[in-house]
Amino acid sequence: MANHDIDITVSRGTVHALVGENGAGKSTLMKILYGMQKPDEGTISVDGEQVSFGSPGDAINRGIGMVHQHFMLADYLTVLENVVLGSEKLHGIGDRARAKIKEISDAYGLGIRPDAVVEDLGVADRQRVEILKVLYRGARTLILDEPTAVLVPQEVDALFDNLRELKAEGLTVIFISHKLGEVLSVADEITVIRRGTTVGTADPANTTSKQLAELMVGSELPSPETRESTVTDIPMLTVEDLRLTATDPDGVVRAVLDGITFTIHKGEVLGIAGVEGNGQSELVDAIMGMRTLDTGALTLDGADISRVATRKRREDGMAVIPEDRHRHGLLLDAPLWENRMLGHVTEKPNSKGAFLDLKAARADTERIVREYDVRTPGIEVTAASLSGGNQQKLIVGREMSHNPKLLIAAHPTRGVDVGAQAQIWDQIREARHEGLAVLLISADLDELIGLSDTLRVMYRGRLVADADPATVTPEELGSAMTGAAAGHLEAPGATGSDDAGADSSETDPRDGGEDR
Amino acid sequence: MKKFDKERLLLGIAAPLLAIVVAFLVTALVLAATGKEPFSAFGIMFDYGLKSDSQVYILNKGTTYYLAGLAVAIGFRMNLFNIGVDGQYRLAAFFAAALGGALTLPGALQIPMIILTAMIVGAMWAGIAGVLKVTRGVSEVVSTIMLNSIATAIIGYLLQQGRLGHLDEAGTKISTTPIPESSHFFEFPTTPTPVWGFIVVAVVAGFAYWFTLGRTRFGFDLRTVGQSGSAAEASGVDVKKMVVTSMLISGAMAGLIGMPTLLNDSYEYSGDFPVGIGFTGIAIALLGRNHPVGIALGALLWGFLERGTGKLEFEGYDKEIVGVIQGVIVLCVVIAYEVVRRYGLKRQQSRVGAELAAKAARNSDQQEVSA
Repeated sequence: MANHDIDITVSRGTVHALVGENGAGKSTLMKILYGMQKPDEGTISVDGEQVSFGSPGDAINRGIGMVHQHFMLADYLTVLENVVLGSEKLHGIGDRARAKIKEISDAYGLGIRPDAVVEDLGVADRQRVEILKVLYRGARTLILDEPTAVLVPQEVDALFDNLRELKAEGLTVIFISHKLGEVLSVADEITVIRRGTTVGTADPANTTSKQLAELMVGSELPSPETRESTVTDIPMLTVEDLRLTATDPDGVVRAVLDGITFTIHKGEVLGIAGVEGNGQSELVDAIMGMRTLDTGALTLDGADISRVATRKRREDGMAVIPEDRHRHGLLLDAPLWENRMLGHVTEKPNSKGAFLDLKAARADTERIVREYDVRTPGIEVTAASLSGGNQQKLIVGREMSHNPKLLIAAHPTRGVDVGAQAQIWDQIREARHEGLAVLLISADLDELIGLSDTLRVMYRGRLVADADPATVTPEELGSAMTGAAAGHLEAPGATGSDDAGADSSETDPRDGGEDR
Repeated sequence: MKKFDKERLLLGIAAPLLAIVVAFLVTALVLAATGKEPFSAFGIMFDYGLKSDSQVYILNKGTTYYLAGLAVAIGFRMNLFNIGVDGQYRLAAFFAAALGGALTLPGALQIPMIILTAMIVGAMWAGIAGVLKVTRGVSEVVSTIMLNSIATAIIGYLLQQGRLGHLDEAGTKISTTPIPESSHFFEFPTTPTPVWGFIVVAVVAGFAYWFTLGRTRFGFDLRTVGQSGSAAEASGVDVKKMVVTSMLISGAMAGLIGMPTLLNDSYEYSGDFPVGIGFTGIAIALLGRNHPVGIALGALLWGFLERGTGKLEFEGYDKEIVGVIQGVIVLCVVIAYEVVRRYGLKRQQSRVGAELAAKAARNSDQQEVSA
């Protein structure tokens, strides 16, 4: 049972936030509202009229549209083509549709160019296209599933402006999130979901994020703060002048990584900030050995690993929490104990020589489930049946079970509930304490600032800026992430002002405009 | 925990059973549509298919089909669609037959040599597709289909007098030189006809398949690639090497397909050497869910269907009906597996959710009590 006794009332012309841990049942509820799943009991009413949705089409007809967390756009088509796709009957596919898109875009201040190719758009623009797509189909109620997860702070502000615009025009927005600060700043009403049921509502005007967190998890809000330094001067991973090129679909060779140089010492967490798609995934691939370097050298614990195979690198102590755990970290249809062997099948206790040691692997899976608090009825269930947080805890447990020297953690708490998030942060702190070198890549700036000892900003395949996590603000990082600032980020006096992005572009005129 | 296992087993059996039942229903409809009474046809099939000579036939045919199913299943476990099993086994059997006919060594030496030749030829032929896939990105489906045609042409070219062909005394049939009697494989002296000894090799091959996939590191890597290429790569498997290796193994297994016929029955490769078994293997691997026992059951079912429907011809039914049943079974199997798989996954997810919710509720009750 994913949901039970859910009571939620959303008033027209408001932004209604739905908060809760991952696995609390938010997504299931949204699927029901959007007609992707049928409720076993209970009713849904729209404008006072009881409705029943058999498919998303029914929901759209009732004016309910959904903007998914993962964009559903065809990269090589234009915005116009993406918008009309599947709704050709509404306003045709030509000038009438273009005019309609213009009209909607202007009405809500979305600023959309119908003839741009989606591939060329940034994340925030793509999101606006998704919103427009839904409005184009006549939605009066928009469901946004974790819309801020992929945005930098400045983009989040812009999105919230758009949402306020929609609200002013009488549209209703249901906003799903677990970032409480954001929820408090944009929502008119808040409903909290826990363990599949509504546990309360809150008025953002007189609620603090702490109170909200308590409603969500029944405990205090975890914080990623780490302050006592464990950094040593023994280099664990050094990356020297790394360059990686890729051929894009048009046959043009571009550098996706260029001039990357950094060192992570034992006991140090190096955080890399950046808007997704600026080379972070490629950097992880390169360090893991899944891509061949064009130039540059990698050294792990004194040994040159530039040409070493991935498996050997992992055996030598490279642990990885991958960015996309479904694609790179798990076998979804395989039982947990097989997932425990993934990536470490050549190591104990998973195998003896060329043969698998199923008994030992099973026993060790039981241990991981116990020690890392993976909530599962047993180790024979498939990885797909666990919630995201529990899948991630299993991965963390697995990776920490082979005496790693270096931990690569890419978005370690993405799509993970607050409880699991705190545990994963603890694990990373623990790892650092035990002398691991940690490469942390994240889109969650609070997480980066809180956990890292050193921060770097990645922009278009280069490390363009560095910052001290003790003094830097999310806004400063945000402006470097969009290429507006570079060099050493230092607060220009008072921090936290609304236009910090504009200010910090002046912090280092030396190479500020180089990459634009 | 046990109940998840039991459920999985139950669902695993439900799918093929469902498929077979539906297939028979559809066939009944087809029979009825052709104006024939369907149930008496099934009666004839079962009666005849279970006679003792039919049993021997089914076991012998099943041996061949089993090896074909295994060869295809190795590819399937890797997410490779080796359609070329057909060409691989024919080419392998042809060269093995030619070698066997040319030599007169003691059987203990010559039989392994013949089998080894077949496996190597099959592996090389499949290896071409594997190498093309990893170096040039050619889909193995396309390349193996082409290789099938090329294999047919090569055999046609070489199976002529003056090349590797040999005209029999009557001067009517061209084949490879028959293998000397010392190199015939042993038989089980059953009545009325013997069961081919090669069934032992098939069983060993099935066991090796199970053991390699389920109990070795290599097998784990292979299955990982099959389930998720991206996860396999991230876990350190050299995916390209794995593609070539598994194509070689699949081809080597394909090389064995022609051996029961060659060493236990025909002793030569001629124009009437069985063709198309590679495709049968695809159906059987699907039917058996790539599981060694499942494939065995599928192979026997296939043999039974052929035997039973062969009889139908004499009873005034159209012999094409067997093709209809087989086709419908494969279709139903593919659909039934997907339906059952989705159902099972959904069910498991909801049960995991329910169990956890129950556990959480118990814990919070306890907390409240203790508070």
